[in-house]
Amino acid sequence: MAGALVFLEHHEGAVTKGSLGVLGKAAQLFGGDVAGVVVGSGVREVAAGAGAYGASVVWVADDERLAAPLPQPRVDVLAKLVRDEGFETVLFAQSVLAADVAAGVAMRLGAGLNWDLVDLSADGVGVSPALADSVNVRVGWAGTPRLAVFRSGTFDPVEAGGAAEVRDAAVELEDFSELAEMVEQAHAEQQGPSIEDADVIVAGGRGLGGPESFSLCEELAKALGGAVGATRAVVDAGWYPYSAQVGQTGKTVSPKLYVAVGISGAIQHKVGMQGSGVIVAINKDRNAPIFEFADLGVVGDLHEIVPKLTELVQARRGS
Amino acid sequence: MSVRPSDYPPPWTSSEALAAPSDPVDERIEVGVAIVGAGPAGLAAAIRLGQLMEEDPATAERLGEVPVAVLEKGKAPGSHLLSGAVVNPRGLQRLFQGRKRIDQLPFAGEVGAESVLFLTPRHAYRIPTPPTMVNDRNYVASLSQLGAWLASEAEALGVTVLPDTVGARLLVDGGRVVGVRTGDRGRGRRGEELANFEAGSDVVARVTILAEGTQGHLTGAALSRFGLAGEQPQVWALGVKEVWRVERPLTRVIHTMGWPLRARPKYREFGGSFIYPLGEDMVTIGMVVGLDYRDTALSVHDLLQELKLHPRIRRILEGGKRLQWGAKTIPEGGFVALPRRFHAPGLLLCGDGVGFVNVPALKGIHYAVESGRLAAEAAWRSFARGVSPRSALSSYDEAVRSSFIWSDLREVRNMRQAFGRGFYLGAALAGAMTASKGRFPPGDARTERDAEQSLVTTARASSYPTADGTLTFDKLSSVFASGNRTRDDQPNHIRVQRRVPREVAEAWVHMCPAQVYEVGDAHADGTVDVQLAPSNCVQCGAITAKGGRLTPPEGGSGPEYTLT
Amino acid sequence: MKIAVCVKAVPDAAGGRRIDPATNRLDRSGELTLSDFDSYAVEEALRLVEAAGGEVVVVSMGPERAVDALRKTLAMGADRAVLVSDDALAGSDLLGTAQALAGALEREQPDLMLFGQQSADGGGACLWAAVAEQLRRPAISQASELTVEGGSVTGKRQTEFGYDTIRAPLPAVVAVSDAINTPRYPSLKGIMGAKKKPQETLGAGDIGGASESRTTVVGLDPPKARGDARIIEDDGSAADQVVEFLAGARLL
Repeated sequence: MAGALVFLEHHEGAVTKGSLGVLGKAAQLFGGDVAGVVVGSGVREVAAGAGAYGASVVWVADDERLAAPLPQPRVDVLAKLVRDEGFETVLFAQSVLAADVAAGVAMRLGAGLNWDLVDLSADGVGVSPALADSVNVRVGWAGTPRLAVFRSGTFDPVEAGGAAEVRDAAVELEDFSELAEMVEQAHAEQQGPSIEDADVIVAGGRGLGGPESFSLCEELAKALGGAVGATRAVVDAGWYPYSAQVGQTGKTVSPKLYVAVGISGAIQHKVGMQGSGVIVAINKDRNAPIFEFADLGVVGDLHEIVPKLTELVQARRGS
Repeated sequence: MSVRPSDYPPPWTSSEALAAPSDPVDERIEVGVAIVGAGPAGLAAAIRLGQLMEEDPATAERLGEVPVAVLEKGKAPGSHLLSGAVVNPRGLQRLFQGRKRIDQLPFAGEVGAESVLFLTPRHAYRIPTPPTMVNDRNYVASLSQLGAWLASEAEALGVTVLPDTVGARLLVDGGRVVGVRTGDRGRGRRGEELANFEAGSDVVARVTILAEGTQGHLTGAALSRFGLAGEQPQVWALGVKEVWRVERPLTRVIHTMGWPLRARPKYREFGGSFIYPLGEDMVTIGMVVGLDYRDTALSVHDLLQELKLHPRIRRILEGGKRLQWGAKTIPEGGFVALPRRFHAPGLLLCGDGVGFVNVPALKGIHYAVESGRLAAEAAWRSFARGVSPRSALSSYDEAVRSSFIWSDLREVRNMRQAFGRGFYLGAALAGAMTASKGRFPPGDARTERDAEQSLVTTARASSYPTADGTLTFDKLSSVFASGNRTRDDQPNHIRVQRRVPREVAEAWVHMCPAQVYEVGDAHADGTVDVQLAPSNCVQCGAITAKGGRLTPPEGGSGPEYTLT
Repeated sequence: MKIAVCVKAVPDAAGGRRIDPATNRLDRSGELTLSDFDSYAVEEALRLVEAAGGEVVVVSMGPERAVDALRKTLAMGADRAVLVSDDALAGSDLLGTAQALAGALEREQPDLMLFGQQSADGGGACLWAAVAEQLRRPAISQASELTVEGGSVTGKRQTEFGYDTIRAPLPAVVAVSDAINTPRYPSLKGIMGAKKKPQETLGAGDIGGASESRTTVVGLDPPKARGDARIIEDDGSAADQVVEFLAGARLL
């Protein structure tokens, strides 16, 4: 049977949002011919819920040898499944684990792998931004199966309802797959996302006026569930640590939402965040360059606007 | 009350650039000849030494495992090279005699037509090309590209080129120059050692050739230490340029005078612009202004932006795209500002570092190449058996004085100084000098230091265009277009007094093409704090001329020019 | 202990277009330098060998002029460099690259094989997993800490959920993250000594041949234009308008 298989990564009893998003996209592209695969130990319940997000079949590989989130046993399960069932397309949502699994499966099957995709068409053309998001490359595959890894957060899950048929996937592990062992698994030590992984970044610049005002950014970031960034100028001045610096000589980020507070938008900063999904800028200077590339620009006093914005966001999100 | 930047000297002494060797002997890096600077002078010296090594391997053997090493503070040869440039091929032809033909040299094209224009805000008047500026049989080139090419030629001859390497201190032992200490890498903002701290090394050499270019760091220290300085001080101009991709080829070499500079003597605005075709699809355009200007509001960066709006000039660039930007100072004192000697025990000095620049002709590259070649020959003579190194090195001085470098510079020796008296009087004097081939006026004009000019303030800044991002740009965008991505947490390499009268601070703010300086808090006595953003610095050197001091930051910092 | 570090020579980010005058070759287009991410891997290998003794071999696949980039690793302290270079391998995809590297690694038989966390030019972050699969050895990715003891390697893997501690017996493949160390600057002595260190070039035949690419590039498009910015002046209601905007864009 042809069709698409989506790797459904899970964490602490739930399929990850990214995986569900890719599942929804697959359903949109391939209709009812989409299967998911869940690999782990004690994961049947996790698998069952995936039907509501676009899967018509969910394959489950449930084995205590699969308990730890390590890639190589998953390669064994997926490769065999793809071979046995003849899947033509295998999709992954980017994560440290998923990328390793995708590459291993591609190697095992001699299949083509395209990664960092932000879109895919039903006839097998993917879109991958390149060169710091300054150009989009259209990529394809020679032969099947076609493996693809989608950039983090590209698709939002769509809960369409429905149920999936759950089937058992064979678990036959290669000897070398079990050599790596999990000594201690990650705890959710959540201090908020790191700036590289964050979906939302609230960044502060000279317009804040002083280091104390960074608390405005911190509060708004917390309300939005995001991380705090900073420009080179304020890091130079000692207002915020270098680890938060976004820009040419700092980090390059591409969150879904970038809120630039008191930032003029010099090119050295712009190149570090121009790939962001949506850019909102708040600055009292009407002529600040940032207003040329922000999606929404607010000319006004950030000391008044930001606290109010934080309050409203908190109210909306009920936090 | 007249305020002068020189009244606020920087916290720096040249002894900071001198040292005795300190590494344990077996850790010192031994080379035959150490050359500081991978520019046209340094690389010409390296190439000539490479040729001599090929011709005389026995002597080459005596220079050890690394016979010639070139230390370059930029990321790669060419990264810190910037000029117009129209090059007189004479120097390179002599260097590559019998080995390369002119058409094998990396020029962008021979100069065809040329014009000199006198500009007013809306018009351009063609004026006869002054004889010193005729560029027949000269070639347009990118100095950065030329440097990169010369470096690969040098490497092919067995020269070791070491980029990312700063010559931080001149090593002097027993009254003799014995090499160069390289700069540390991996220090933090307060000078502390970071996790990857790597101390510099003592590079010891039998002969050290300094080819550092304008305001050479070690060259200045050497002039002081060995009493080599001439009577007249050196003066500089600041050149700021851009390289553009254009839709229509430019078919002539253009120089302009007049607008946007002001002719009145009290402003002391000497300079002009150049616009050269760089091949079929690129144009290089630059503004050069003497740093003895007095107006605190004068910004060469912004004058260039203003210049581009002139109807005659915007036509050339319309539809094009700015590819690169850069800035660098040019020594303008000429003959009278040369040191009185070009050598010291163990040491030879070449190129822009000592001021071999013909200002009226806007030429320095072929003198740099020739001086490098002569330095190499003098160094080589010192390795011959039975020759006293002292007499071999002093033969360099004789060679320079017998060369076309000397005769050319002597002929035009007072021209730049004449322009200190204003454009029209200066032009008249210049004309007289040319006609008399340097015999009139007799004697040598007095040169005044740039930083000793008292400051005035005008409303000039109001005419600078607001950046439109297509034809005109702001300073931070320009810094970006220089390829500068210097590490932010380096120690500050700019030496200036941090609290000065407002006029001095504002003069620095406008002067600096890279927006390194900012006016900070004001004090009751009329002084202000000076704030710095050193990682913007493109190492042009203007601050050294105007009351501060540029010292070399960590190797590999600064611009990464490729087309300038 | 023998550690192999897989590195890539990539175009220098700051390199501009070079003029190519009609009659001359200024063949500097495509100046290559060591991928930044790989320097962390080289540094880690050097530290491990400095502590426990052994040899660091750098392995790369690329065009011949990649040797200059490899020299930097030798200047940092690596002992040998092996470059797999062959026209047949130009433009290899993930699988082709992994196969070639695996072939070179098999010749070396190292105890530990290190990679940087991603490629500075392709952005791909999973080459080591393909190599480990080909070599049939365990792999650990995104290691921000690494120790080697008693025949096995323990790495602290950094994922979206926090840190895992994973152990694997040698020989093993590990990809290190840029949080693991601060790469050293090569010393002058190191730079000058690099030329004398052994550098070997292998052809496709030496590592098992080349293979057809299984991915294709169909075309290039400019990025989606951001669209016109909406600019509002705050009249007291800006915060509300921003919230509406965010809600409309499904960002809340």
